[in-house]
Parts: sequence; C-alpha cells; structure tokens
Amino acid sequence: MNNDVFVIAEHSDAGLTDATFELLGAARRLADAWGGQVVAVIVGNAGVAGQLGSADVVVTVDAPADYTSEAHERVLAGQVTSRDPRLVLMSMSTQGLDLAAALSATCDRPLVSYVVGLEPDGDAVVATAQIYGGKIMAEVVVESQAAICAVIAGSFPADAGRGAGSPAVEAADAPALDGLRTTFVARHAPDAGDVDITVADILVAVGRGIGGEDDIELVQEFADALGAPVAASRPITDNGWLPKSRQVGKSGLKVKPRAYLMFGISGAPEHLEGMRDAELIIACNTDEQAPVFDVAHYGTTVDLFDLLPELTERASA
Amino acid sequence: MRIAVLLKQVPDLVEEFEIDDAGTDIDREFLTFLLNEFDNQALEEALLIKDATGATVDVVALDDPEVDQALYTAIAKGADRAIKLTGANGDGWLSTHARAAVYAGWLTGESYDLVLTGVQAADDLDGQLAPMLGALLDVPHVSVVVGVEAADGTARIRQEFAGGAISELDVSLPAVVGVQAAGAEPRYAAIAKIRQAQQEGNVDEVAVDPPAAASGLTIRRMYPPEKSDRAEMLSGSEADVADRIIALLRERGLVQG
Repeated sequence: MNNDVFVIAEHSDAGLTDATFELLGAARRLADAWGGQVVAVIVGNAGVAGQLGSADVVVTVDAPADYTSEAHERVLAGQVTSRDPRLVLMSMSTQGLDLAAALSATCDRPLVSYVVGLEPDGDAVVATAQIYGGKIMAEVVVESQAAICAVIAGSFPADAGRGAGSPAVEAADAPALDGLRTTFVARHAPDAGDVDITVADILVAVGRGIGGEDDIELVQEFADALGAPVAASRPITDNGWLPKSRQVGKSGLKVKPRAYLMFGISGAPEHLEGMRDAELIIACNTDEQAPVFDVAHYGTTVDLFDLLPELTERASA
Repeated sequence: MRIAVLLKQVPDLVEEFEIDDAGTDIDREFLTFLLNEFDNQALEEALLIKDATGATVDVVALDDPEVDQALYTAIAKGADRAIKLTGANGDGWLSTHARAAVYAGWLTGESYDLVLTGVQAADDLDGQLAPMLGALLDVPHVSVVVGVEAADGTARIRQEFAGGAISELDVSLPAVVGVQAAGAEPRYAAIAKIRQAQQEGNVDEVAVDPPAAASGLTIRRMYPPEKSDRAEMLSGSEADVADRIIALLRERGLVQG
C-alpha cells in the first residue's frame, strides 16, 4: 500500500460530474497529509483527462464507452489492486452504488458508505457517514488498512477540485474484457416531461407524507394557486403518482428556485442533494426530528392535510 | 425460473433515534422495525416477474427484529416460500459484509436464477448488499434497477442514472439485482391473508454459521447531526402557519397582492 488517494472520475453526456471535482478537492487534503499523490482514474473516456488539473496523476484505462458494472468493475479492480492506494474515493452515484461494494469484496478493502466528511488521522482515514436517512452521523475509522469511501454528492466544495495543473497522464493497459456476462443494449434519455421544474421560481414539492395518490390533488391546488409546478421526492415518482420529470434529487433533477415549499418530505440525503441551494426553503412535516428541518429556513409540524387548504385559500385570494 | 428476494428489517426512520451507552450504535430497544422500503420494491418486481412468467419467488431473510411479519406479508402477497436464516444475527447491527457472507454461503447451495434485493438500506454503513453479493458469488450484478424482464437464462434490465436517463442491459443468469423501484407500486396484502400466513406459520428456518466476515470498520461514535442551522419553526394553528408562509412568499414578491 502507498499513500496515494484514488478518485474514480465519472462523466456523463455533459462531461465530468461535479461530484468528481468534489472528490478531487477532498482527496487533495488527505494525500497532502499522507505525503501521497492524488490519482484520478478515468475509465473509457481519456478525452476528459485534461480537465482533471488538480490531480497529480491521471490514469486512463480503455473500456467500452457505454457503462456496465461488470466491465468497469474489472478495470477498476485491476487498477486498485496493482497501484494499491491507501484510499479510493467514489461518488454514491449509480456507478458508486453499482461498484463500491463489489470492489470492497473483490479487492478485500473495507468500505464506508454514505460519507459526508473525511479527515486524516495519522495513517488512517476518519470518515463521517450519514446513516438512517440522515438522522444519525457515524464517525468511522479504518485502522491501518487500505479503504474505499463512497461519498454523498454535495459533501465537499467542487471548486477545490477544479485546479488548473498539468498532471501526468498515464494510459494504463486495460484488462482482458472477455467473458463478460453483461451486455449494453441501449441508452434512453429521460422523458422531457410536461413541465421543466428547473426553471420555475417556486416549486411546491410533495413526498411520501401525502400518503396516497388521490391526495396529490391537495398539493396541486395550492401549486395552481401560486402558479407553480408540483415537484416530488423519489417515492412519489417511483409509485407513478407524478411523472419522473418532476423528481428532485439524486436520481432526478437539481433545482434552485427562489422558493421551495416541501410537504411530507422527510429530507433523505438523496433528495436534499437536489434542492439545498434553493433561496427559501419551507418544510411541513409532522416529525419534528425530520432531517429536512436541518436544511429548511422555516419549518412547521402542522399536519399538511390541515395546512394545504389554508394555504390554497390564501394564495387564491 | 427461480427467484430469491432478500429482505432486511430496518428501524422506522420516523422514530426518534437514541444512541446507546457506548456511544457507538443506535439504541434499538424501543425502535420499531420495518421492511427496508427498497426490499419491498424488489419483492414487487419479483412478483411482477412471477405474474408474467410463472416464476417461483422465495423470500429470504436473516433473523432481524420483527422479520416474521415481513415474511408473512410477502407470502400473503404471493411469494411461494419464506426462509429465515438463523444464527447469524448478534444483538446489534449486522454489517453488510457479514450479511453478504451469510447469503453467499447459503445461495451457493441453492439454484436461483435471479436474486433481487433493495438497492440500498438506511443502515448500509459498509456498503450495499447486491453488488457485494454479486462479487462474492462471481455472478453479474446491476444496481439502481427500475425494471427486470426475465426469460430463459437471460434478463433485460433497466438501470437508472442521475437525471432519469436509463440504460438497458442484458445479463446472463444467474445474476444479482439491486432494485430501486419496481415496475408498479408495491401491492398491498390483505390483512386476512397475512393472518392466514401467520396461522399456517410456513416460515422455513435454516440454521447457518455465524458470519466469518466483518466490515473492517471501527465505529468511534454515533451522534445526531448538529442542529445549529435548523429551521425556524412556525407554530400556532394551521391558519397562523399559513399566514406566515404566505407572508414569507409575499415579502419576496412570489405571491401577488
């Protein structure tokens, strides 16, 4: 094991993800403390290596352009095993959820998931993880062993990872990718949807606390009175009560309206990731311990079924 | 086609969490436990495959708190068999590494074509079960899955990415799938059917060895998040609160009048 910190870079159609730069910034502090290098690893898209200026080394590995867990896991396991860095940082994106735990098993490295904070402590890394839907923080140390941390997006500033250096770029040999049992078939862009929630001044967002599909109407009425679209947390769109195009959060859209009004949303980290930069956040949830009140500017534990008709009446006046 | 759905109980997140005396775990004594919501999605996806193909669906769980309820509910919804692996749980939190090791050991002696489980759980501190299990069993695995169509020896899988893009993948079976959302809202089980399943008591208990694997993590402490920036709480009647909210919007010119 050496003192390097790996950052698994991710790219989408729009280029490298913000999360990649967040990880690079976090990696720099750790690598400096340990006297190691920040090594960005990019699989299957060497063209973006030049944007990884804040790394010391960029490793590119050839792989099929279309992501599959199986091919990427084989490539990354090869790099982690052969270069043996002290720490591997990944984002808790779809790729992170797909790969981090598999690499933990394959490379026999402990994994800390849901990480929001990272500190060096001697040779060890101390990771702070946000578990139980954001209700509990766990401070975890991996003693004297190489580790993997899967980090929640938005936990570190991306700007810290956007340096303009000129790292050495190394093209690593790809492992044999024969015998793969996973085949990429097609990629489908998200449905455009009826409304673009990313451009609205106000969003009225509804979550699991609404209870049933029929009661979405209560939220819709208030939104209509404000002239605002209805947004939703994941359980609502998973259930098909609102279209996917309304979903805010990790597997939905990132929004930054002037006001974000939340009804029956507890504030799981995956949702908060998509809306925490809204200028004004008002949350209604009957659980006063709900994590949503940690990001909201104003909150109330009044029952949403009592509050919504009152709001609709006033907004319509 | 044989499908196993792995179920796990997690504390009800609506409850107030307290830390144990050692300061390194939650205090479970007064918590209510529920089926992990994503495992419920995995069960629904399995039942949809059963509806479409006539596959058999077995639900499998470790001896988690209040797990029998989840197993009987799954039977009432249409699962064919419920299996509880006993002897692996200790008193407190069981790491994903330990769970994966137990399941990998047990599944090696079985012949399932598909293993479905939830994409994640609220206490997955050391990672997610599906990919870890896939790696241990050396079978393909895909997570953040929103649809599975299974045929002989292969499955077409829909995997979701940030912003809602979807990849379609074909995997050869056996495979492990981490389900984000089923193709339909999880069905409800009639109370009478759950009672019937309870009375019949058809949960097969299988003793397994305690897991050899551990997470490799040392939990120094657990604590509730700091509340320094908490919301200003609006109190009073619903009319009072509505007045305040409308006033806040009006100050910003977001409500006319």
